[in-house]
Amino acid sequence: MPEGSGDGLVLPFAPAIGGALGLPYNAARPSPGGTVVIARTSVDADAGLAALMGAAQGGDEVAYRKVLHASVPLIQRTARRTGVPPSGVDDVVQEVLLAIHRMRATFDPTRSYEAWLSAIAKRRAIDFLRSSGRRSSRELFEPIAYENHADDTDVAAGAELRSEGVRLGAAVATLPEGQREAVEVLAYGEKSLEEGAALTGRSKTALKVNLHRAIQSLRSRLSGSG
Amino acid sequence: MAGTRMDDLIDGLATRLQPVRRLRPPLLRAAVWLCALLLVAAALYAILGGNAGAMAERPYIAPAFVAALATAVAAAVAAFQLSLPDRSDLWALLPLPTLALWLALSGLGCLADLGVPGTWGASFVEMRECVLVILASAVPLSVLLVLMLRRASPERFGRVALVAGVAGAAAAGAVLMLVHPHNSTALDLLLHGLCVAAVIGLNAVLGGRLLRRTQERERA
Repeated sequence: MPEGSGDGLVLPFAPAIGGALGLPYNAARPSPGGTVVIARTSVDADAGLAALMGAAQGGDEVAYRKVLHASVPLIQRTARRTGVPPSGVDDVVQEVLLAIHRMRATFDPTRSYEAWLSAIAKRRAIDFLRSSGRRSSRELFEPIAYENHADDTDVAAGAELRSEGVRLGAAVATLPEGQREAVEVLAYGEKSLEEGAALTGRSKTALKVNLHRAIQSLRSRLSGSG
Repeated sequence: MAGTRMDDLIDGLATRLQPVRRLRPPLLRAAVWLCALLLVAAALYAILGGNAGAMAERPYIAPAFVAALATAVAAAVAAFQLSLPDRSDLWALLPLPTLALWLALSGLGCLADLGVPGTWGASFVEMRECVLVILASAVPLSVLLVLMLRRASPERFGRVALVAGVAGAAAAGAVLMLVHPHNSTALDLLLHGLCVAAVIGLNAVLGGRLLRRTQERERA
């Protein structure tokens, strides 16, 4: 992870608020002590980025590379928080990187880099949402295509699939030796009957019967408990 | 993959990196513009033979002058702040109180003279001079402001140009009152209102376009 990105959601708020109010960078620095420790390190990381950007303004290519790489996760976070769908985040990141390049003279290294960056990123994200809103208003109404399109991030379905997998694995483990072997070789290993017979040393018929019995007992067990 | 595309982009930007001159703090830049305003005012005062002493003879002129000057300063500061991406949108509100005060005082100055001969209109020569003073101060000061703002944050071109227009118009108003200190006549007020609106409007249209064009050239 690049520096300044490993501290979760606490990171951008203090500098961003200070920046929005037009306060100098140090005014947004949280007071020391207790729970603010995470924010303190992030403020230090922010100060580091500000110094790197200051060097980049002077033409330091290495510093510029570092600051751009470190900006990517910050932009992604701002884009996601503004409501940009996962498929659009990369486009927003690219736009913002170009905007950083064009507007780099407007950055003041005594102020927060993250506040500067998040202001740019937020406006680009809103621009993206506006233009994609315009695009979608011209699109055709296709309910079947919409229904058939897999979601980009269906977290719930993914979790359900994983828990189904766990249940199936547990059920397979309780099968008798021959049946479990048939499931592992033919279903999990995706082998043909010939390959399975060669691997296990059993006949093809025995494998087929075992798999059939295994599926039957798994079906009754899983549907019974589900 | 997206990762390599991003790496390529960063690589391209880094190889193309040129040193840039960091923009001076907004207050400093506003101060530079204010110096230009004082220069223009002094030049017009000297050329047209102004009579600032006459200000004291008429009510409302001196406070209106101060309000106009304060509006110009506040609007210039606001424009320079708004031109930076990380400053709050609220800066746009900074010139509003003094702007309202300036317009109110001009109106009161006009009302105070009601009934006095000449309230409803100045002579043609006077009027021409007023327009000349307004143009001679508003045009160079607005052009200078737009030039100084050319690297503004592109998301706020329109707002920056609008506030810059207020700064130019208020500066012209202040210079006019300094050179030509008489209470506004109704026609004056109308004329001035039109000039102010024209300066603001031109700035918003041309300023925004100029700002955008300079940016696109830099981008290329």
